[in-house]
Amino acid sequence: MREGLSYVISRNTAASNAAVWLGVAAAVVALSVPWLPYVGTSGFMHWAVEVMCYLVLAQMWNLMAGYGGLMSVGIQAFVGIGGYSVIVFAQHLGVNPFLSIPIAGVMAAIAAVVTSVLVFRMRGGYFAIGTWVLAEVFRIAFSNVSVLGGGSGQSLTVMTRFDRSTREIAIYLIAAAALIIASVGINLLLRSRFGLGLTALRDSEAAAESQGVDVRSLKLQVYTLASFGAGVVGGIYYTSILRVSPAAAFDQNWVVAAIFIVVIGGIGTVEGPIVGAAIFFALRWALADYGAWYWLIMGALAVVTIMFAPTGLWGFVRARWDIQLLPLQRRLVLEGQARADAPDGRADEPTTRNDSRQARGAVRTRPMS
Amino acid sequence: MIEIVDTIIQGVLLGGLYALFAIGLSITYGVMRVVNIAHGDFMVLAAYLALWPVTHLNMHPFVAIVPTAVLMFCLGYTVQRVVLNRTMGPNFLAPMLATFGMSIILRNGLQQVYHADSRSFQIGGLGTDSIHLGESLAVGKFPLIVFVVSVILVFLTSQLFTSTRIGVALRATSDDAETAGLMGIRASRTYAIALAISFALLAVGGVFAGIRTTFTPESGPATLLYAFEAVVIGGMGSLWGTFAGAIILGVAQGMGAQFGAGFGVLAGHLVFLAVLAFKPTGLFERTV
Repeated sequence: MREGLSYVISRNTAASNAAVWLGVAAAVVALSVPWLPYVGTSGFMHWAVEVMCYLVLAQMWNLMAGYGGLMSVGIQAFVGIGGYSVIVFAQHLGVNPFLSIPIAGVMAAIAAVVTSVLVFRMRGGYFAIGTWVLAEVFRIAFSNVSVLGGGSGQSLTVMTRFDRSTREIAIYLIAAAALIIASVGINLLLRSRFGLGLTALRDSEAAAESQGVDVRSLKLQVYTLASFGAGVVGGIYYTSILRVSPAAAFDQNWVVAAIFIVVIGGIGTVEGPIVGAAIFFALRWALADYGAWYWLIMGALAVVTIMFAPTGLWGFVRARWDIQLLPLQRRLVLEGQARADAPDGRADEPTTRNDSRQARGAVRTRPMS
Repeated sequence: MIEIVDTIIQGVLLGGLYALFAIGLSITYGVMRVVNIAHGDFMVLAAYLALWPVTHLNMHPFVAIVPTAVLMFCLGYTVQRVVLNRTMGPNFLAPMLATFGMSIILRNGLQQVYHADSRSFQIGGLGTDSIHLGESLAVGKFPLIVFVVSVILVFLTSQLFTSTRIGVALRATSDDAETAGLMGIRASRTYAIALAISFALLAVGGVFAGIRTTFTPESGPATLLYAFEAVVIGGMGSLWGTFAGAIILGVAQGMGAQFGAGFGVLAGHLVFLAVLAFKPTGLFERTV
């Protein structure tokens, strides 16, 4: 350590401080929607529940693939488990339907841990298709359980004990809460020791391992966490539409949507999926009358993004204008801020010119988030 | 007893068809370490491409395989050069996501052009004729042809890998793309050849699958999963291993189907998971 060179590590920037307050405001608005005139309609809340479900699922997939390097094309396995858990617990065992939503997450997490014994034997590309096979196995298995309606599925008739508007408001608030918890949780997670390991894993698996990150256990944790989130999404979504069938619950479209949202928005960033979800739903609205064209255009957009902007739209914007919205990136800030910002590296304290250059190098090279 | 023998024979013959799906996937994974998620959807595309000369020029489906294979070869080369090579790097995520995007494009594009109706190829009596082996055993002539063609193609592709210059280049790139590059083997070109060969083989698989059963724009994912399972059961690095994996998968599906519709596919998946549990490197892994 050279004399006179003291620094602190800062995560906050002016943009990130603003973004946090913007996030708080958005959360307040989101939670008060049911009581707002015009927007608090049944149609809007239904749509909003769907948007929030997709966004949470995309964040989960991003956490798993973008950070953990686990490319799964079978996360619908856990959405489906979540949906069926609501049927089992609320419909058959008489648990409060709303309480059965977190239970759905727990069931999905348990299923993830148990099946990880098999799918974690595969790496890289094999893992991707292996998780898909797993989702197919679940789909076929649930199609053959006649108590749960077999291939045609089952309706969540217990929900009729709530009147329509109570049901809609409750589901909406649960979905909003899930989104807020997921957003805040991912931020806190990535700021923690766990998140530092995960970010290291994202950047280089070998380097992370050499620095003492327990890669295997970290991957299992992030896989379980993402599956828990997917289970909650399944629980919320199917409580909202009131019917679960194996074909819909284990539909590959779940993961297709999550992947496109993440890839187009920006893989391995927390802001990316939000941008991606906005594009995904805007295009869906714009192309509502064109059927298969919608998926075709989303697919083309994703492929073009991977080819020309591999970090997605958000990654492109961030690199171009150096914006960091969430307080996740760690920057070295020298004591007496002037030093880091001084263009020629001159500082008030008696450090050599060379030292300051090095310090600036540390600030500018490889951002940690 | 005779039923079991019959089931096994039918399963082995079905496995011959699955081997045709799987060889291409085995080659591309072996060379690039990337699983082509659009593999099955490209096979469906090949089947639709072959449908054109068959319906409009009255070409025999077997003959239509030839121009389709040539077209698919060129398509594979182009897709790798134009799209996938841009995404290749130390991280497998980007190329796989690109193939994932392509699979969704193909599935929905075919849906848009050909709608959801199922299609098939007709080859007259040959499609239904069978050879009787004893009183209650019969082997269909067409499945037998598929099996023989499959054996021949596996043999030819292994020969290609072991005794041609292209094969040496493919294996060298597979082992260490960077060092191969120093020896004058450009990875971008070798990758393109690998995908081109894989796509040409898909033309054979696509037409044969279309004769045996039917196909729709949605047939791709199942094809990919069967091909993938055959490759994993067989183990890395051996085309004959992949062939054996396909046979095992075919027999498992045949046995499972005895328990009812839908159980055939499930039995295949379960055998795949069992192999993962007990011998995750595959049954016939070969380390070169």
